[in-house]
Amino acid sequence: MRTSEKICGMGHSMKRKEDPRFIRGKGNYVDDIQLPGMLYMDIVRSPYAHAKIKKIDTSKALTIPGVLAVIDGPTLEKYKLHWMPTISADTQMVLPIDEVMYQAQEVCAVIATERYLAADGADAVEVEYEPLPVMVDPMKSIAPGAPVLRKDKKDKKDNIAFHWEAGDRTATDRALKECDVVAEQFVYVPRIHVASMETCGCVADFNSAEGKLTVYMTTQAPHAVRTVFALVAGHVGLSEERIRIVSPDIGGGFGGKVPVYPGYVIAVAASVVIGKPVKWIEDRMENLQADSFARDYHMKVALGAKKDGTMTALRIKTIADHGYTNASANPLKYPAGLFSICTGSYTLKQAFCEVDAVYTHKPPGGVAYRCSFRVTEAVHAIERTVDVLAQKLKMDPAELRMKNFIPPERFPYRSALGWEYDSGNYPAALKKAMEIVGYESLRKEQQEKRARGELMGIGICSFTEIVGAGPSKDFDILGLKMFDSAEIRVHPTGKAIARFGTKSQGQGHETTYAQIVAEELGIPASDIQVEEGDTDTAPYGLGTYASRSTPTSGAAAALAARKIRAKAKTIAAHLLECSEGDLDWEPGKFFVKGVPGRSKTIQECAFAAYTNMPQGMEPGMEATYYYDPPNLTFPFGSYICVVDIDRGTGEVKVRRFVAVDDCGNIINPMIVDGQIHGGLAQGVGPALYEEIGYDEDGNVYGGSFLDYYVPTALECPKWETDKTITPSPHHPLGAKGVGESATVGAPPAIANAVVDALSHLGVTHIDIPITPEKVWALLKKAGVAE
Amino acid sequence: MAKHRISVTVNGTAREAEVESRLLLVHLIREVFRLTGTHIGCDTSHCGVCTVLLDGQAVKSCTVLAVQADGSSVSTVEGLEQGGKLHPVQEAFTEKHALQCGYCTPGMLMTCSALLERNKQPSEQEIREAISGNLCRCTGYLNIVKAVQHAAERMRAS
Repeated sequence: MRTSEKICGMGHSMKRKEDPRFIRGKGNYVDDIQLPGMLYMDIVRSPYAHAKIKKIDTSKALTIPGVLAVIDGPTLEKYKLHWMPTISADTQMVLPIDEVMYQAQEVCAVIATERYLAADGADAVEVEYEPLPVMVDPMKSIAPGAPVLRKDKKDKKDNIAFHWEAGDRTATDRALKECDVVAEQFVYVPRIHVASMETCGCVADFNSAEGKLTVYMTTQAPHAVRTVFALVAGHVGLSEERIRIVSPDIGGGFGGKVPVYPGYVIAVAASVVIGKPVKWIEDRMENLQADSFARDYHMKVALGAKKDGTMTALRIKTIADHGYTNASANPLKYPAGLFSICTGSYTLKQAFCEVDAVYTHKPPGGVAYRCSFRVTEAVHAIERTVDVLAQKLKMDPAELRMKNFIPPERFPYRSALGWEYDSGNYPAALKKAMEIVGYESLRKEQQEKRARGELMGIGICSFTEIVGAGPSKDFDILGLKMFDSAEIRVHPTGKAIARFGTKSQGQGHETTYAQIVAEELGIPASDIQVEEGDTDTAPYGLGTYASRSTPTSGAAAALAARKIRAKAKTIAAHLLECSEGDLDWEPGKFFVKGVPGRSKTIQECAFAAYTNMPQGMEPGMEATYYYDPPNLTFPFGSYICVVDIDRGTGEVKVRRFVAVDDCGNIINPMIVDGQIHGGLAQGVGPALYEEIGYDEDGNVYGGSFLDYYVPTALECPKWETDKTITPSPHHPLGAKGVGESATVGAPPAIANAVVDALSHLGVTHIDIPITPEKVWALLKKAGVAE
Repeated sequence: MAKHRISVTVNGTAREAEVESRLLLVHLIREVFRLTGTHIGCDTSHCGVCTVLLDGQAVKSCTVLAVQADGSSVSTVEGLEQGGKLHPVQEAFTEKHALQCGYCTPGMLMTCSALLERNKQPSEQEIREAISGNLCRCTGYLNIVKAVQHAAERMRAS
């Protein structure tokens, strides 16, 4: 570490600056905001997955004292606000005119003076529906001749939202034919939900006297939302300088708070029309049933190898179920996100992947749930299929991985699908994980247990992520380039405020950004206040998701601080009456080379910037940096999971989970560990329990916490984490981003462990979530269920 | 809708309110008494972010009617700090990085403080069982377990 405990720069496990308010119950989340005269909104939702709306009768609702208005599609149509673009440039109803396209779709909204009265009003609205045929199966929806769902799209003749592909199809097909062995596996990664503990909501406050709209909302990307609002509602007089988006404390985001949901838009419209603040807070069922889901990728994987286990070619064909509209938040150039990271950690010569996105009568999506745009799906496909191949070759899965890893000396490495991996040392991470878990002795234990009829499995996942979107030449959201920003102001007394275009939802930015500035300027992190989320004060940026905060705003913080340090050096030379070339820097002060006693601290330089600057110098000490990354970063790691299976119930118990992560240089080890722990738990959920599914009529299951099973402390093991450090060569701090590694890496490790436990029974694959029911059926079939 | 006059001692202070029969305790706390540290996270009593102590016992305040709290004493996260001194479990949560987004934290703190009242030296399994009605989506629970162990040690030492 370059800095002292007092300065607390990079590498210190600084206690979080945001904790004091949270442990006292003094956080400020959207539902905590109370404005004078504030009204409440409740939404009426469709019980049908597809139906014609014949009549909306609001008369009973409007007789309830306190119910002020019911807003429906025709109300919004008057202002041309009944449709909106999705972040992926598709279109979506805000409120329907005469047809609903998924269960739990917004039908109309009731505005009332109190929360309970708004709910009463929503209950009293009578909607007459005529049910229509429902399409839930994406395979049927994509079939030629299927009825067209999106009749609102002129000339649309099929249900394909988009087709996207990467790599050389012909060469890959040819290479697969030439392989000695091809592991072919159908892998489904089901529809799941971020289920952040705080649901979504907003307080929309239109001040008609000033013509200014302030929206306090649960958003991970406040600036982008402001611009989208201005573009969508410009025709009704909302221009961007009169829109302020405030993202207060956010109770978990995980990608689910990137999209703009109809509820936000309706609340804004209601506030503009009524002229009072309007609060909308969705309940958990609305959150799970209507907000953007994640995943839902049906993948047909083929992985080819030579007899000796050398992997040579990979092909993945995917059907992506996007529901009613493509409401994912992917960069425009990459409608299937960064799925082409699917070649993973291996030296594959040929690869091809394609994604056909399909409309169905399900809620729209899918968001990048704690992953950098479809990376979770890609990693699950490759890491699951590597194990299928190992089983086919009768090779140990660790040995097969070691044999095929991109060797450390080949970085930067250009993958078969065109990415330039910045740095990596994959064998080191796997070797470390194997040592920690005691791989060899576990294999022995497994053999002994098998002989006794007991079921245990060991699963490996050696993932490579691609995060930090991204370079402006390739990455944008609705045309907005995916740079991000930092603005630092050092006050005369040497303390500072730093503001960013990103927005923490629990990641601890108030602490880690302060540490980055402390690292660069030597001002103690405790003296640096970090602010995000208010578009009236923070510099423009695209927000926090895709593990992009450290790769983009973190870099911007370092480079803005370096600008300030350069100015401070000029001031120090002025104060010390020497030339800048005579000065050396140690964190916190400049000193004359060879004369450490002749020095000026950064705080003294800051004071002079306001009181005694050199003649002709612009006063003050502040800097802004907009960072456009030259490349993405590629965090990686190796995870090993050990499971025991109950032969009586089919229940899978995660006995141990070892996670060795490499996210480059580390800003705060305590926070990095915390990110890994949480991500691992979010890997256990989808691997074993979580799924949102639909019956043939489009009725949801997994739509409340009754049957959407988020893991508790009892399902999570005592995580064992460790690290290797391979800095990113292009990031100013050598950092890579860590928020999503564990969510991406954990599910295949767990799935591989369960299949490993059952492999001697002929099991080669199980789709997640691997519920007790699925396992028990396999045990029964093999005749070993107790 | 019928209204009822109720008296509740909240964090040691006697409070009165006139409430509808259907008003949930969590809304009484948040919207009538404006103590917003207690959060709401689901509609099915599964998540536990609304946990408060009702006469010393941890309850999910979304599953209790305000009228049921009449004559009772309610403790919320705002009452944990006493005389400017944090409760050991609050200190331990910071010390062990047992919170991230902070949304489940108040409910988790109340459950954990109640556990430590009845069990001075809980085992890891006992802690995991005690908090199994409180969901946390950020931490993966391990640091919460460590924080409770740490707080228990501190409380035994003092």
